[in-house]
Amino acid sequence: MQELWEALVQAISLIVSLDAEVIEISLRSLYVSAAAILIAAVLCVPIGGIIHFHDFKGKRVLINVIQTFYSIPTVVVGLFVFLFISRAGPLGGLELLFTPAAIVIGQVILILPVLTGMTISALNGVDRAVKDTALSLGASGSQAIWTIIGEARFAVVGTLILGFGRAISEVGAAMMLGGNIRSYTRVLTTAISLETQRGDLVLSLALGIILIGIAMVISVIVNILLQRY
Amino acid sequence: MKTLIINLVLRISVLFVIFYLLLGTILTGCAPVTQPAATGQQSTGVTATQGTTFPVAAGIPRFKIATTTSLYDTGLWNYLEPMFEKKANVRLDIVYAGTGVALEYGKRGDVDAVVVHDPEAEAKFIADGYGINKRSFAFNHFLIAGPAGDPAGIKGLSPEQAFKKIYEGGIADPARVKFVSRGDNSGTHSKEKLIWQAAGFKYEDIQKSGSWYMEAGKGMGPCLLMASEQGTYVLADISTFLAFRGKVNVVALVEQGALFLNIYDAMAINPEKVKTAKMLPTANAFINWLMSDQVQDIIATYGAAGYGRPLFNPLKGGGCTEPGCPKLEDYTVPVK
Repeated sequence: MQELWEALVQAISLIVSLDAEVIEISLRSLYVSAAAILIAAVLCVPIGGIIHFHDFKGKRVLINVIQTFYSIPTVVVGLFVFLFISRAGPLGGLELLFTPAAIVIGQVILILPVLTGMTISALNGVDRAVKDTALSLGASGSQAIWTIIGEARFAVVGTLILGFGRAISEVGAAMMLGGNIRSYTRVLTTAISLETQRGDLVLSLALGIILIGIAMVISVIVNILLQRY
Repeated sequence: MKTLIINLVLRISVLFVIFYLLLGTILTGCAPVTQPAATGQQSTGVTATQGTTFPVAAGIPRFKIATTTSLYDTGLWNYLEPMFEKKANVRLDIVYAGTGVALEYGKRGDVDAVVVHDPEAEAKFIADGYGINKRSFAFNHFLIAGPAGDPAGIKGLSPEQAFKKIYEGGIADPARVKFVSRGDNSGTHSKEKLIWQAAGFKYEDIQKSGSWYMEAGKGMGPCLLMASEQGTYVLADISTFLAFRGKVNVVALVEQGALFLNIYDAMAINPEKVKTAKMLPTANAFINWLMSDQVQDIIATYGAAGYGRPLFNPLKGGGCTEPGCPKLEDYTVPVK
């Protein structure tokens, strides 16, 4: 357990000393996963909204399928995308493998189902009475929908934080698609994996602590913004 | 009504985009700009030799290689990488994997050159037309490590005899004598199969022979850690073993044997076979550079300061004299 204490000390010293490579890796983690969540949000929030506000045949089945994919393993996503973007694959001409963009693609696919499904749940969570009240108070259809979404915003933002967490903490896809290339595709999780492989357990743990620190900062900022607006 | 809903949903998503763009700007804006560590010394094992390089400098081609983990884990590539980048004016992207996976990347055209250590797999890779211009540039040795108590009594034996003893011990008392295998088609794994064969076993029989034989499916470092935790025997390359000395509770028991020779080779990917490999001139320059005095001199001393002795041996000057060493032209004649 000595290592845990050492790791904490090392994590703090890495942060305080502004260790160039650690900062670089952390920023890349942030930037890759932020890009992934951005793209995924653009896709999922409208998709989730459309599924929620429409009634159609097979809606339940679709939602079940989406929810099943919550548990898709990150390495499977990695392998799947790998086969597509490897130069021998159908999208090989784009030369995406072993680039940061490849990691973004993998993470988007990884979090798509979670974000879509949770958006639907968030909208479902809003009391039906809200809509009825809004309508009875003379709101138009669109105003009622706005009201519902306004009510659901905490849950939707919570969903996005969850998606971000899944993206920034996954290692399977980042390793397989990015290749953990130094100062190009190395992110915090792949660096942790490498240092563990090299036997530097303390540094691995320290990087893990930094990752959790980043997640904490993000969730605090998002919550402050949410309270304010 | 329907269009209204879609319209609204679109507006909301635009809001989210703006929100996230803002968030992104805030986060990257506030984050401290990368500064070289004030002390100027390497404060992490990740070696802080160069600053951040994103957004990626445009115009400099990216030359991708796949290398075996044993070379990567020792930090040798971190050391060599900036030198070649400067010399050839490329970005050297190094992906590490076991030899089997590294060759697969080569076949698929995802890398332009491979650096591996599995003579048989390499010969097949070349025979199938994927690899060309193979040259050797370094060697060292494998060893068998195990618990200091040496329950199977292998100390000082030949590799083949040692494996036989481990097998017998494992069959007789799997709780006391165990062996952990890489099990990942790496060069080390191939070497292990070769030794089993030389000891008179069929590898399939070994795999099925009982709980004493454990297939980890992991890199060399994790396997050493596993051997240390479980008190098992393990076949390791000397460089990784030295890098883990002090972290693991296993000792070198068998270090002498013709089979232990471990040669590192570099190959270019054949653009005629793999249409997407476009960097043959760079790959050739890379292979020639590995054979150059500059790199050979670095290899001769790399690791001596940290581990008490160099991790690899250069081939320059005929350092490799054992049977099985590469022929002179295989490490001296430049490729074209």
